[in-house]
Amino acid sequence: MSVAPSPPARLQMRGITKRFPGVVANNHIDLDVKAGEIHALLGENGAGKTTLMNVLFGLAHPDEGEILIDGNPVQIADPADAIARGIGMVHQHFMLIPVLTVAENILLGAETMANPIFLDRNEARRRIIELGKRFGFEIDPDARVETLSVGWQQRVEILKALYRQARILVLDEPTAVLTPQETVEVFAVFRRLAAEGHSLIFISHKLYEVLEIADRITVIRRGEVVGTRQPAQTNEDDLAELMVGRQVKLAVDRGKSHPAEPVLTVENLRVKSDRGQEVVRGVNFNVRAGEILGIAGVAGNGQDELVEAITGLRRSTGGAVHLAGENIAGWPVRQRREHGLGYVPGDRQKYGLVLGFPISDNLVLTQYYSSPFARGIQREDAAIEQWARKTIEEFDIRTPSWSVPAGTLSGGNQQKVIVAREFSRDLKALVLDQPTRGLDVGSIEFIHKQAIRKRDAGTGILLVSAELDEILELSDRIAVMYRGEIVALVDGPTANKEEIGLIMATGGRAPAKELPTGTSGPAAEPPDTSVRGGTS
Amino acid sequence: MMARLRSYAGFMVVPALSILLALLVASVLIIASGLIGEEKRLNLLLPLVAYRSLLVGAFGSFKGIANMIVAATPLMLTGLAVGVGLKAGLFNIGATGQVLLGGFAAALIGTQVAGAPIWIALPVAMLGGMLAGALAGFIPGFLKAFTGAHEVVTTIMLNALVQLTVSGLVNDVFRAPGFSFARTAPVGNAELTGVGNTTLHLGVLFALVCIPISYWLLWRTTVGFEIRAVGSNPTAARYAGMNPRRMIIFTMSLCGAFAGLGGAVEILRLGYYPAVFGTSIGFDGITVALLGRSNPVGILLAALLLGAMRAGAPLMQIQARVPVEIIDVIQGVILIFLAAEVVVRQIFRLRSAGTGTGELQTITRSYGEKVVG
Repeated sequence: MSVAPSPPARLQMRGITKRFPGVVANNHIDLDVKAGEIHALLGENGAGKTTLMNVLFGLAHPDEGEILIDGNPVQIADPADAIARGIGMVHQHFMLIPVLTVAENILLGAETMANPIFLDRNEARRRIIELGKRFGFEIDPDARVETLSVGWQQRVEILKALYRQARILVLDEPTAVLTPQETVEVFAVFRRLAAEGHSLIFISHKLYEVLEIADRITVIRRGEVVGTRQPAQTNEDDLAELMVGRQVKLAVDRGKSHPAEPVLTVENLRVKSDRGQEVVRGVNFNVRAGEILGIAGVAGNGQDELVEAITGLRRSTGGAVHLAGENIAGWPVRQRREHGLGYVPGDRQKYGLVLGFPISDNLVLTQYYSSPFARGIQREDAAIEQWARKTIEEFDIRTPSWSVPAGTLSGGNQQKVIVAREFSRDLKALVLDQPTRGLDVGSIEFIHKQAIRKRDAGTGILLVSAELDEILELSDRIAVMYRGEIVALVDGPTANKEEIGLIMATGGRAPAKELPTGTSGPAAEPPDTSVRGGTS
Repeated sequence: MMARLRSYAGFMVVPALSILLALLVASVLIIASGLIGEEKRLNLLLPLVAYRSLLVGAFGSFKGIANMIVAATPLMLTGLAVGVGLKAGLFNIGATGQVLLGGFAAALIGTQVAGAPIWIALPVAMLGGMLAGALAGFIPGFLKAFTGAHEVVTTIMLNALVQLTVSGLVNDVFRAPGFSFARTAPVGNAELTGVGNTTLHLGVLFALVCIPISYWLLWRTTVGFEIRAVGSNPTAARYAGMNPRRMIIFTMSLCGAFAGLGGAVEILRLGYYPAVFGTSIGFDGITVALLGRSNPVGILLAALLLGAMRAGAPLMQIQARVPVEIIDVIQGVILIFLAAEVVVRQIFRLRSAGTGTGELQTITRSYGEKVVG
């Protein structure tokens, strides 16, 4: 794809400055995006990417600076104005109505009318199919959105923008919710869009993705542009350093693990989903003290239910969970915690925190009733405050005070609050569910280091993550979950990414591999995979 | 320190403005009432005259102040019955039913212990009222915790059930002979009589004690921590090992106990349970709780404010010839502005409250949301 050297650029943002009380979110930011270009915007959480895009989309108005489209200065008053000027936004959290069809969602707010009263559904349907074909994905306009996978829902979002004739597409962390396979597919769509002359602004903090897809990369730190690179001239380490402002170790030095006896043993565990389907179908594995067992798998293969059954949020329908020798299946959450189980939940805002509570209260959310934080039913506020001050310092939680609501913190710092709470106890086993989802490299580095430290202190860690890279980086052993079963168990340090990716996608097992020593527990038998196939 | 003060000010600004707006709206009605009243003339100063006599009626004499406190007493209790529930994410519309059941139980027990010394009769009757109210709260709490039935729906149903059942019982089984209208027998020594020559009674003390107890419970104990955690984020509470079901049942029962005590106070002050016991203290509790931002101290102040309006209204009617019903209007309009906080913030161009509006979400979110997993 060659970009015709025809100035002016499709979009120019010149000297954009946006101040909020106490902070300069954007400080004289320049950004230009050419027609047919995929321009990545890279930066840590809170660097100012979102503010800049809000300015572009008319959700915020800049204090200084100007925006030019095709060389003409424009004032963007509100999102409707932005859409009218050909700017489309695909949000990280989809703005779709699940019970409506694809066509209905796309039409919402941009109705194609047959006459003043009725929609022209046929015309709309025709245009949607045509758009889909043009960009390489055939979509059924009559499918209900809730029946679509996340990857396809995202395509509906993109179609929504295209239907409104967007020429500049802002993609806010579009891959955050996708599996590796879906990412590959959606990247093909992006390339097709660019080839057709659309300008794409790709917001992400996944460095390797940015390097793979972008034509140019602009890095923002603390509200300022700190550099623009072309993928050929840079690499992940360079970008990470630009982003964070210091050298970042992308791969944690994990050292050698010294696994001891199994602390968490799952035997023939069966769990049902909310809809009553058995989504964990006889899972067996064990986690030994001082090791990290990673569970890889495409999201939705029963990992959530497995984690909930182990931690007590969901009832299991069969099998056993042994924690330090006792069968804890059927125990209430608190009893499991008191027996030495820690848990960093996958959805930190829904499960991990009470956003309206001060940081201090969140740091004792699971231990508030025990000494020294309480005496009888009386809270010991002084002890809680002291603990909070100490923990905030120790886990480097960036906050003006221990008393501010947790909801005011950035995502990375919110996660640090949870990590601080769960890691600072003596634990036998620790469940980490998507521990770094949506976090920037600095926070990821920190949390990975803490996990290794906890491992070396003798805790058995179960790591569940949709990020295969994270699994590969941390795990001493890797189990692959597919349709509710563990279909493979391989050694971590020697694991092959492509091979595991293939097992994740198909459930097919690679040629038998010698299991690492010491797997005394019931290891997974390779199930009959011949009848299954295809991605889910 | 300044930040702290400012946050308190921010906390009170919407209630204060809501009151102001309600007084303005009521002014229009007062002027209109002048047009159709006896004098039939346009008097733009009538609202000022009315509000002045309202103030004088409530604060102009020791008797007025006593009346204000007596009127505020049950409102404190029903305010807590709604406010503590809001802290747990529960919208207790059932204070009315809990008040009636509490009052009825107090009346029945009161007749049984009518001959006992006052220091036995009174506490026993009050306690009976509390327990009955707690039962009326326990039922919707239990239903919510174990079936997911929304407390707004069940408490409204229960209100009707309690009201009709109790009035049926008073008309029949428990009707005391020798009176020209249906009522229960006198409660004798359990009656809350005025102290000295004022209307102040011992029930005031019971209500006043509940305020600091609630404050302590909510903010200084692990139980209160659980109540607030369940109210703010039930899934996180479950994750943390709390038991949201138990907390919902406990909180609803506690709310019922407060309301039941409020009913007991009102009935024991009257001395018997009348066949028609129409009281608005249950619903007024909603206004008090929202005006007081579900904070026990705020509830105390809000109850006193509403009590003052009740106490001052008769003088307003006499002096300004403005009907006492205008008080209900003011109260209703306050409630509307409080519930539609966004409107108030728009009118006065205030910045949004950020994280402080959990109680409002409780009353405005849709019914039937699954809270307990």
